[in-house]
Amino acid sequence: MIEARLHLPRDGFVLDVDLALPSRGVSALFGPSGCGKTTVLRALAGLAPAAGRVALDGRVWQDDASRCFVPTHRRELGYVLQEAALFPHLDVRRNLDYGLRRVAPQRRRIALEQAIELLGIGGLMARRPDTLSGGERQRVAIARALATSPALLLMDEPLAALDAARKAEVLPYLKRLHRELSIPVVYVSHALDEVAQLADHLVLMAQGRVLASGALAEMLSRLDLPTARGEDAGVVLDAVVAERDAAWQLARLQLGGGAGSLWTRDGGLPPGSAVRVRVLARDVSLAVTAQAGSSIGNQLPATVELIADDEHPALALVRVRIGALPLVARLTRRSAHALGLQPGQPVWAQVKTVALVP
Amino acid sequence: MTAADWSAVRLTAELAALTTLILLIVGTPLAWGLARTRSRFKPLWAALVAMPLVLPPTVLGFYLLLLMGPQGLVGQLTQALGLGRLPFTFAGLVVASVIYSLPFVVQPLQQAFEAIPERTLEAAATLRAAPLDRFFSIALPLARPGLVTAAMLGFAHTVGEFGVVLMIGGNIPDKTRVLSVALYDHVEAMEFAAAHRLAGGMVVFALLVLVALYALNRPRQAGREALR
Repeated sequence: MIEARLHLPRDGFVLDVDLALPSRGVSALFGPSGCGKTTVLRALAGLAPAAGRVALDGRVWQDDASRCFVPTHRRELGYVLQEAALFPHLDVRRNLDYGLRRVAPQRRRIALEQAIELLGIGGLMARRPDTLSGGERQRVAIARALATSPALLLMDEPLAALDAARKAEVLPYLKRLHRELSIPVVYVSHALDEVAQLADHLVLMAQGRVLASGALAEMLSRLDLPTARGEDAGVVLDAVVAERDAAWQLARLQLGGGAGSLWTRDGGLPPGSAVRVRVLARDVSLAVTAQAGSSIGNQLPATVELIADDEHPALALVRVRIGALPLVARLTRRSAHALGLQPGQPVWAQVKTVALVP
Repeated sequence: MTAADWSAVRLTAELAALTTLILLIVGTPLAWGLARTRSRFKPLWAALVAMPLVLPPTVLGFYLLLLMGPQGLVGQLTQALGLGRLPFTFAGLVVASVIYSLPFVVQPLQQAFEAIPERTLEAAATLRAAPLDRFFSIALPLARPGLVTAAMLGFAHTVGEFGVVLMIGGNIPDKTRVLSVALYDHVEAMEFAAAHRLAGGMVVFALLVLVALYALNRPRQAGREALR
């Protein structure tokens, strides 16, 4: 458990949060710029002077009540910033060694070679930071943090300074990190697509406060949160590649809990691979009867759970359950009215195959 | 050149080298503190360090003379410690030079330290480097160009000082008669040929120092170009 009870007056608002995050997986702090999420991260690292208490699995890093404050360099954490902040006077190898050398050998759980391999930077060892691309710099910075075998990895918008191509280059490494290492990560972002791809736990922040905190899939299916309002509102579904159709280059993803399956374009992953698909609310439509003669490739039996107003008065958000899995559909209020949608009603949820990217 | 002239050259080199060494040891932590402090009094500290830049050297020399003299605070202290009096000694010249050349060493260092982004030092902290460790492994190497500039300016400026030396050190051959004073003596005695040798030597020296400075602070850039 990562505990953070923090209080810090900032320009324009007071940061006041009380967080209990799981010490497994990726917890995302999500919110608009200036909502205080970076300050929370800096306070976890001991870099921002917030009042309160910070503890990780019983290790107390800060507790004002007992006048305890562990300085940053004695906290077993890794920190990755928006800019890589590599040391310009050291080559990549010596950047990686910097943290490693300062960790006692018996406390090293991640081998440097493993970090290098994980981030795919083996060919960069002799390069100087100013000769690296933005994506390479960021991968080196992540490996450098991992090389200290941190008990907690803090990432402050590590992709925000990268263009779309570089982002796409680094993101798979972050996913891999998530799969292969058991280090808990606190990930700050204002990009919902990154959060949807990486996080397990989501903390929504605004104006220095926590709006809501919970498991990602459930949080994204809540209709009362700002995440349900944007154009990119939608849920994530964890699934396993069940089969690949070589003739049509499609893949069938088996959803968790035996809730059915979804066809997507073939992402090249072998059967048995775990994948996460994001299903945007605008790509889901509902029908009261099964449709024949439709180009829509996925039809799943579902039950209406909740209907809520959307931001625009013409639109409504409808949450349905496929078995236990939530799905959100964005419909016009006219359609919802015409179908006579009511909570508890059985419907067919339709998702275009082309809208899904595994 | 006469033996007396050579003696002045040697004395000047010794004074400048010793002054520079002391200034690097004292000035580096001072510059680091000035660069990193969030104190309200930072302008005051910065102004005090910069004073020798704007004060006429004779004013500085006058007050140092009083301070180090028999009735001065420093003078009484050195006497109580059995060190004797500082005015008209080489040691007195070193103390005065350190104060006189302080801004020339502290300011380039301070600028170099201020140019290091806070996040670079924070990154080092998250990589388990303690404050002193961060200073030696990150701040000092990154401030290297500033360090070179500081050392060279400190040295060259001490070589060229005149007013303070005259006030504190007088003109004692082999003890406090440095180059600039010797040059002044030659000119007063209308020994223009001898004066030319010293003055010309100083011009060449100053040029060499500056060329070395610009050359030393450049190779990083050149290396970078070559890599591209």
